[in-house]
Amino acid sequence: MNMRRFALIAVPYFWLLALFLVPFLIVFKISLSDTALAIPPYTPTIKDGISALIAQLDFENFTFLASDDLYWKAYLSSLRIAVISTAFTLLVGYPIAYGMARAPEEWRATLMMLVILPFWTSFLIRVYAWMGILSNEGLLNQLLMWVGVTAEPLQILNTNTAVYIGIVYTYLPFMILPIYAALDRLDESLNEAAEDLGCSRLQAFWLVTIPLSRNGIVAGSFLVFIPALGEFVIPSLLGGSGTLMIGKVLWEEFFNNRDWPVASAVAVILLLILIIPIILFQRNQQKQAEAEQ
Amino acid sequence: MSPTVFAPWNNPDEKPLIRFKNVTKKFGEFVAIDDLSLDIYAQEFFALLGPSGCGKTTMMRMLAGFENPTSGRIELAGQDIAPVPPNKRAVNMMFQSYALFPHLSIWDNIAFGLRRDKMSKDAIEARVAEMLKLTRLEKFARRKPHQISGGQRQRVALARSLAKAPKLLLLDEPLGALDKKLRQDTQFELMDIQESTGTTFVIVTHDQEEAMTVASRVAVMDEGRVIQVATPAEIYEAPNSVYVADFIGDVNIIKASTKAIGQDQYHLNWIEGQPPLTATSALPFSEGQQAHLAIRPEKIKISTDRPEDAPNALQGKVLDIAYLGNLSTYHVELPGGQVIKAQTANTRRIARRDITWEDPVWISWSATAGVLLAQ
Amino acid sequence: MKRMTWFNVTSLTLGFAFLYLPMIILVIYSFNASKLVTVWAGFSTRWYGELLQNEAFLNAAWVTIKVAVISSSIATVLGTMAAYVLVRGGRFMGRTLFSGMIYAPLVMPEVITGLSLLLLFIGIGLDRGVLTIVLAHTTFSMCYVSVVVSSRLVSFDRSLEEAALDLGSSPWEAFRLVTLPIIAPAVISGWLLAFTLSLDDLVIASFTAGPSATTLPIKIFSAVRLGVSPEINALSTIMIAIVTVGVITASLVSKRSSLRAQEETRAAERPTT
Repeated sequence: MNMRRFALIAVPYFWLLALFLVPFLIVFKISLSDTALAIPPYTPTIKDGISALIAQLDFENFTFLASDDLYWKAYLSSLRIAVISTAFTLLVGYPIAYGMARAPEEWRATLMMLVILPFWTSFLIRVYAWMGILSNEGLLNQLLMWVGVTAEPLQILNTNTAVYIGIVYTYLPFMILPIYAALDRLDESLNEAAEDLGCSRLQAFWLVTIPLSRNGIVAGSFLVFIPALGEFVIPSLLGGSGTLMIGKVLWEEFFNNRDWPVASAVAVILLLILIIPIILFQRNQQKQAEAEQ
Repeated sequence: MSPTVFAPWNNPDEKPLIRFKNVTKKFGEFVAIDDLSLDIYAQEFFALLGPSGCGKTTMMRMLAGFENPTSGRIELAGQDIAPVPPNKRAVNMMFQSYALFPHLSIWDNIAFGLRRDKMSKDAIEARVAEMLKLTRLEKFARRKPHQISGGQRQRVALARSLAKAPKLLLLDEPLGALDKKLRQDTQFELMDIQESTGTTFVIVTHDQEEAMTVASRVAVMDEGRVIQVATPAEIYEAPNSVYVADFIGDVNIIKASTKAIGQDQYHLNWIEGQPPLTATSALPFSEGQQAHLAIRPEKIKISTDRPEDAPNALQGKVLDIAYLGNLSTYHVELPGGQVIKAQTANTRRIARRDITWEDPVWISWSATAGVLLAQ
Repeated sequence: MKRMTWFNVTSLTLGFAFLYLPMIILVIYSFNASKLVTVWAGFSTRWYGELLQNEAFLNAAWVTIKVAVISSSIATVLGTMAAYVLVRGGRFMGRTLFSGMIYAPLVMPEVITGLSLLLLFIGIGLDRGVLTIVLAHTTFSMCYVSVVVSSRLVSFDRSLEEAALDLGSSPWEAFRLVTLPIIAPAVISGWLLAFTLSLDDLVIASFTAGPSATTLPIKIFSAVRLGVSPEINALSTIMIAIVTVGVITASLVSKRSSLRAQEETRAAERPTT
């Protein structure tokens, strides 16, 4: 019985230790190593022994990151893009979630399935779908020119605008679902009470619906913001050379420049930046769980 | 009748506060309210009573403005209210679920409606303080709704809907969520508050005891129609139909055909081979008409010997005894198989009761004890 | 008695148009005869034919499916164990660290997960190939499985297990005969989620795949980096079709079984005459 319980705990535990925690410590360690023209391309390696590892700790990569303004700009630009696209996702997602929550009972399961369906479809394909639409000869430009908004095709693909569209599109279900869950729980008589006490429809929405769906808004925003910050596929397919995002920088640092220590340092800082929103998100979830009890 | 009795419905010069004129409300094919007309007067405590689905909640929601009649007219102080949206009506509602805003404190909940009226800060504070005092909630002003008890929540809901001093207050099953003891106390509290504020209350309930306790008049509803509107005493003593008699309190119904035997006096042939029953009725019944005699169990006497000079006396056998503490209800089976309930007050200790199961007994009642109903 | 206002209808219509139009356009253009993907030149299934001739894509698809099946199966076992430990395991040393390791990969940027696993594999001298991708995918998808399964475990009545123990089952029997059948729907959706995540993953696979094993997303990514191509449109259409059929079938099956369950309870409640 005790052996069994031990095995039950130990197997997933050691799996995660070996394949999640240890690799992460290695990243942390390598971020404090020197670049070397070797395989693997950094020193010291584990083979050099623990004492050598500790003796040669080195913050050079971090000072390098601080001195080269490419990295600062990349972090700031990632933050900006993530914030702006989260805001847009909220603006697009809230009305959809609201419409779903107000839809007749018998439609809701279908609407829910329609929101989740894209989530099961390949992320890459969903991003790719926009490449054809947004390109200079793409459908959007054809439409704009046909309507007469513009005479020349607009450059949309390979700009930040395309990145915003891509993030809003791919992460929209993450925003809709928690807001829908919050609105669905909302007792409709609260809105009626507000109207009964003298609110117009709009006032009741502001004073009752919005505050009471706050948890859903916060949860949805974090669910979009956190992955958007480290996004790689969207900026590399839809963004242009001017689109700076840290996930892309890390990728290029690793695969193109083969500078593993700097790539690791970039990863460590990205993680430090993410810790704050992750903790805030966790606290929001906990508060919500407590409120439900 | 003395002039101090509050009965504006008997005064033909009195203008009603609310008037339903041939109101019909349909939801798709379903007729929720069926050609209904009804007057409610200022300062009344008016109860809409009926089983769930009888349309009472729909009537309330039409008064509040959440539904509009399909046809007909609803007037408030002589004005058609159909075009007035809920937020512009001098009508407030206390919701069945209370609908307290969970993100606002008790104080802010009560101030919510006042703020919409653009009242000055001082005036709001004074009014909220007054409401808190009226409902004895001063100590809880800063708490959130989930931090107080069910009874307190009920009082917050009342304070919030009364704060704007509406012409008409609607209460949707206001005591439904409370346990029995608290419900009884709260009923009297509601009556006090209604009296001291002078507001017209319309209460929706399916609990006949509650309606009888609080209301000045009761409308008994069924399937979108009003069956009877009268004071609680009239409803109980003089129901106009079997439905009303059966809905309010306990009643025995005996089916019979009538035969006039004098001024308002009738003989009732209720079963082959038994002597006819005698009953009085102000309403005329034709010869041989099918009628229902409704008698309350407490108006039926039960005895071991045949009572002398009782106009109606029947012999039967005790089938069951329900002991309720203060009262006992005897279920007596008559020769034809019909079971009649008779109720007596337990003025003696239980050990000294002289009637028990299977005993042959006599039940009897006077000619005026029952009400003769055509339907 | 809910009313659909014009606002709600509009926002739902626009919202779902936004969600689905891009994919519909993609599907339509996969049947375009022209090599130029933006100009319509008539209906053709030419690109599907070419796709089926393309060995590199077919190989990659095979690797991807292999990886997805193996990794999602292992992840389902490990994730269910982890969920059981978290919900029913009681206290043990390092429980906080354990639950942290379950939740952290869910919010970890893929680039970091991929990078760290690659560094591990190089550190221990493991050659990159199918095995390394499977290890990587198993690790992050077991966390998703465990979240899905534990939410089901939390909501189910513990006294059912206790009743089984009370009636003489061993803990393992109680798990097999009572717990597992009840959490089975969650375990199955956990497997499906793990399978889809593995099928979908580009970033982690790019880090952990070697020259000997390339997955379909890596192939697609390197192709679309150069621009839109009709073959990729055809491939996307096939993948969208598979997912759509799968999801709709799954929802119909679950709807039917819930209807049947309703029917059975109704039949059970009907008095026998």
